[in-house]
Amino acid sequence: MSETLNLKLKVWRQKNARDEGKLVDYTLEGVSTHASFLEMLDVLNEKLIKQGDEPVAFDHDCREGICGSCGVMINGAAHGAQLGTATCQLHMRHFKDGDTIVVEPFRARAFPVVKDLMVNRTAFDRIIAAGGFISVNTGSAPEANNLPVGRETAEAAFDSAACIGCGACVAACKNASAMLFVGAKVSHLAHLPQGQPERFRRVTAMVAQMDSEKFGSCTNTGACEAACPKEIKLTNIAQLNRELLRASLCR
Amino acid sequence: MTNSIPFLRTTIGKKMLVGLSGLGFAFFLLTHMAGNLLLLVGPEAYNEYSYKLTSTKLIYLAEAGLVLMFALHVFLTIQLTAANRAARKTPYERGAGGPKRTSFVAKTLILSGLVLLVFTILHLITFKYGTVYTVTYGTTEMRDLYTLVVEKFREPGYVAWYVFAMLILGAHLSHGVSASLQSLGLTTVRNCTAKKIGWAFAALVTIGFIIQPLYLFFSGGAS
Ligand code: SF4
Ligand code: FES
Repeated sequence: MSETLNLKLKVWRQKNARDEGKLVDYTLEGVSTHASFLEMLDVLNEKLIKQGDEPVAFDHDCREGICGSCGVMINGAAHGAQLGTATCQLHMRHFKDGDTIVVEPFRARAFPVVKDLMVNRTAFDRIIAAGGFISVNTGSAPEANNLPVGRETAEAAFDSAACIGCGACVAACKNASAMLFVGAKVSHLAHLPQGQPERFRRVTAMVAQMDSEKFGSCTNTGACEAACPKEIKLTNIAQLNRELLRASLCR
Repeated sequence: MTNSIPFLRTTIGKKMLVGLSGLGFAFFLLTHMAGNLLLLVGPEAYNEYSYKLTSTKLIYLAEAGLVLMFALHVFLTIQLTAANRAARKTPYERGAGGPKRTSFVAKTLILSGLVLLVFTILHLITFKYGTVYTVTYGTTEMRDLYTLVVEKFREPGYVAWYVFAMLILGAHLSHGVSASLQSLGLTTVRNCTAKKIGWAFAALVTIGFIIQPLYLFFSGGAS
């Protein structure tokens, strides 16, 4: 296996939210197979800067697969073809010498492009602000053992809590639906005792916010589950549906 | 103050109605398919069955229910699909291949649904509101639906279209049933059980419906 790759890139370039944008061809030589996808984009940007061109804007922060900042469409797949992997954790060894790679931003009406590959995902923040929290008094840290949580419950809550809010589920869904993200957030807190007081209010408010952000609805194709770097399961969506039904019947 | 939308106006509430009406209709299809298997028994059995079914008053209630479910299902799916299309203005240059590709059947449920909508309308025109032959068994005169069915199922073109529509129905049910269970929140931990139920149901109904025209076409039916 060769240690370096020569690649043809087709990268979405868009000056700002109002610009039409288009795919621009680049060639990149000598990309290390040990590089991550974002490091490959860094190499491209260095080259562009040296040529006096505008570098490609893309979101990133931790580069460890835990913050949810990164994310682009790579040959039509959110975060690339590798399952359970965020863009920053995708390594160039998964590509072949001479490959053409199409790089596009996550697309949804609720995620407008800011510039190039950067999209505005504050719709997610507004959904969280609507109810994705628990209210506690600060100042006196409670005794951890006062609230026993069974192991199975804790694991289930943790599986949902693994969502990093990257938005790949929305990007991959043909309906640009945010159900997997909202499902993960609602399920996470619904499992835990701390989440109970606001349980019904939370799901009602988060769904209302989700709908008003103009995300699409779920048609159960499972594209989100396949795209999710944290392997959040579709059953989170079923739980979200149950939670909303219960909240509507019990309020 | 938290904002909220009345349950049935949320996308989730609408999806539940789509799922419920879909499952209701799917159950009707199962009974419809099972009843029509009498076509394989013979004219008298089939005509007597259809006569009994249509001569009770309850049939009006059942028909009204079916029309309502069908209308709700069609109306809500068209409304939701329009909103879903609007949720992404710029399409992607590339679709996902490999392990992140999604099933074609699942992605095209609206199209299989539209074919079924056309089929259902034509189906009612052909049979329910089609030529009325009559037959007398003992002292009771009744509609001879069997003769009409056999007449239609002797036309190769009609049989081909019917079988095609039933395969589309199978595709629609193979995703629709499990998707409805999911929308109704009936899947936990794993949803592969729902998928299996959906596939089994779709296979049962589709095969049941397809053997009827094929049997009558190749046997010519009893006269
Ligand atoms: S559910 Fe998965 S894909 Fe969606 S935002 Fe969370 S981590 Fe990203
Ligand atoms: S940069 Fe933090 S998850 Fe990729």
